Amino acid sequence: MLSTIHHSKLLKIAIIMLTVVALAVSMGLSVAFGAVDIKLPTVWNAVVHFNENLTTHQVIQELRLPRATAAAMVGAFLAVSGAIMQGMTRNPLASPSIMGVTNGAAFALVITMAFFPGVSNPAMTFASFAGAGIAVVLVFMVGSFSKSGLTPVKLALAGVAIGTLLTSVSSVIALHFQLEKQLGFWQAGGLAGTGWQANQVLLASGAVGMVIALMIAKSITVLNLGEDVAAGLGQNNALLKILGILSVLILTGAAVSVAGSIGFLGLIVPHITRFIIGTDYRWLIPVSALFGALLLVLSDIVSRLVNAPFETPVGAITSLIGVPFFLYLARGKNGGGQS
Amino acid sequence: MSQSRKYKTLRFATVTVLLVVLIVVLFFITLGTGVVSISPLGVLKTIIGQGTDRQELVLLDFRLPRIVLALLVGAGLAVSGAILQGVTQNELAEPGILGINTGAGFAVVLFIFFVQDSLNGTLSVFIIPLFALLGALVAAFLVYTLAWKNGVNPIRLVLVGIGINAGFSAALIILQLKMNPENFRQVTVWLSGDIWSASWPFVMSLLPWMVILIPFALVKANALNVLHLGDDVAAGLGSKVEGDRLVLLLTAVALAGASVAAGGAIAFLGLVVPHLARKLIGPMHQYTIPVSALIGALLLMAADMIGKNLLAPMEIPVGVVVSILSAPYFIYLLIKTN
Repeated sequence: MLSTIHHSKLLKIAIIMLTVVALAVSMGLSVAFGAVDIKLPTVWNAVVHFNENLTTHQVIQELRLPRATAAAMVGAFLAVSGAIMQGMTRNPLASPSIMGVTNGAAFALVITMAFFPGVSNPAMTFASFAGAGIAVVLVFMVGSFSKSGLTPVKLALAGVAIGTLLTSVSSVIALHFQLEKQLGFWQAGGLAGTGWQANQVLLASGAVGMVIALMIAKSITVLNLGEDVAAGLGQNNALLKILGILSVLILTGAAVSVAGSIGFLGLIVPHITRFIIGTDYRWLIPVSALFGALLLVLSDIVSRLVNAPFETPVGAITSLIGVPFFLYLARGKNGGGQS
Repeated sequence: MSQSRKYKTLRFATVTVLLVVLIVVLFFITLGTGVVSISPLGVLKTIIGQGTDRQELVLLDFRLPRIVLALLVGAGLAVSGAILQGVTQNELAEPGILGINTGAGFAVVLFIFFVQDSLNGTLSVFIIPLFALLGALVAAFLVYTLAWKNGVNPIRLVLVGIGINAGFSAALIILQLKMNPENFRQVTVWLSGDIWSASWPFVMSLLPWMVILIPFALVKANALNVLHLGDDVAAGLGSKVEGDRLVLLLTAVALAGASVAAGGAIAFLGLVVPHLARKLIGPMHQYTIPVSALIGALLLMAADMIGKNLLAPMEIPVGVVVSILSAPYFIYLLIKTN
């Protein structure tokens, strides 16, 4: 893991303010940029003084704004999921995409679409939660059955194996029910076409998931001292883990059901945040959320720029950013080494 | 000592004969099944030149090259995995996990993207394996150097491989989307592992690789046995550790690259098959390499048949079938090993 910079509360608040400003500006840019470029003041006007007679205002309200907010929320959720997973397992490689959670969610979504066509949006989201849950349980089961426990490399390999298995079964089902296109979308990850309905789903699940995450933040910090120490301090570790897994499922499930699998975001953001803000999860979780939101909004802009006028799946962009970081972690003392 | 060696040889002979018989039986079943089903007698007749024109077309031009390719690719990937596991002293090493398959895939896709349209068909069939080899080499080089930190630790090697794999996959997606729809489909199916463009020229372009490299690996089996004991012991026994390792690694990478060119990114096969071979015949590489080749060929032929017929007329890519068959075994290995 990276060493941390020492800093005061004031500095932390300054960092948060700065990130919020950066996030607002990049969301503005995200809205402004597109097939028809719109100037930033117009964006502001469309939000504050909406005029339904203007096409630009309508484009902003119906297409671009929901996309930007969805990107911010998905990024935040994945980053927080990663932070909680890393905190609970004390494993630097734990994160939604490494652990096959996103594959699980996509798996459940394909099954739902194949066998219950035409289900409502909330039902799809619940399927996504369930699928994410299946993957997490499977990966943890592999870990707890194995003799040496869930070492970083085992976690990564178990995630790869279970992810591949779930993806393979999904593709058979998708082939049979002609859902290849949908499956392809969830595997690549993208934010095109997210409307206000998707935002409602995100907002509702996010409210629950984030509240749980913030509630357990302090306990996760204590857990990082070691399970025995935490238990000695009177902490109920079992309850904490259940709550942690619950919030991860809700946050990741909602994110995948809207944007598909977005690789490595949940892995790298918590590390960067830990480096900047320290290991106190009361700070780490909210700041991870902000950084995650910022990173995904920016990646989404890049995904539209790389191959304009066509879109590149944003999951591919985040993977390309994330891989060098993953390699750095793998080379680090906690990644490979003695484990 | 000689008693046990005799027993070993006997066991090896039995296993080999059994596998060959299984392959032959399955070979005839696979030839006969499909949208047009042909009786075993009909298959035999067609092979000796007595079948109807229709049977000849279906069997000799469509099914036979595909089965031969499946056999070659299966053997190639399995031997590649066996060598990699021996060289890295890592039971979980495999061309798929180490990112070599994806690297080869990336190079092939680059080739299709930039060159294929300007070349005629037969020529590109022979060039694709070379490109795949190049990509496999680049990936292997990247993984090896990035995992290097006062020597190559097996665990770091696997983790770096996973990372490189993800990187190439992401680059592939970006590249794929820039293609025209026809190439896009071709690449998508192929990437999930599929015996594509099964034709005799393709078989011919793959055959020399396998015919040269698999026996070469067999010749090097003793060096592999020694390397498997660990670098220090190997050096003590008078082995040129670095030289042998390099030659063997290159062999494994070349086998994987050629296999990927024909069969796409088939995951887990190279990992699981050597384990099965060791279970059957013990750890000596002069035995495990041929047995791995046979099991790999058998497994891929079976997987291809299942994929072709399970949801017929829809075809499931063979890589998907292999993953579903072998991922549970991989998970079992993961639980068992330390």
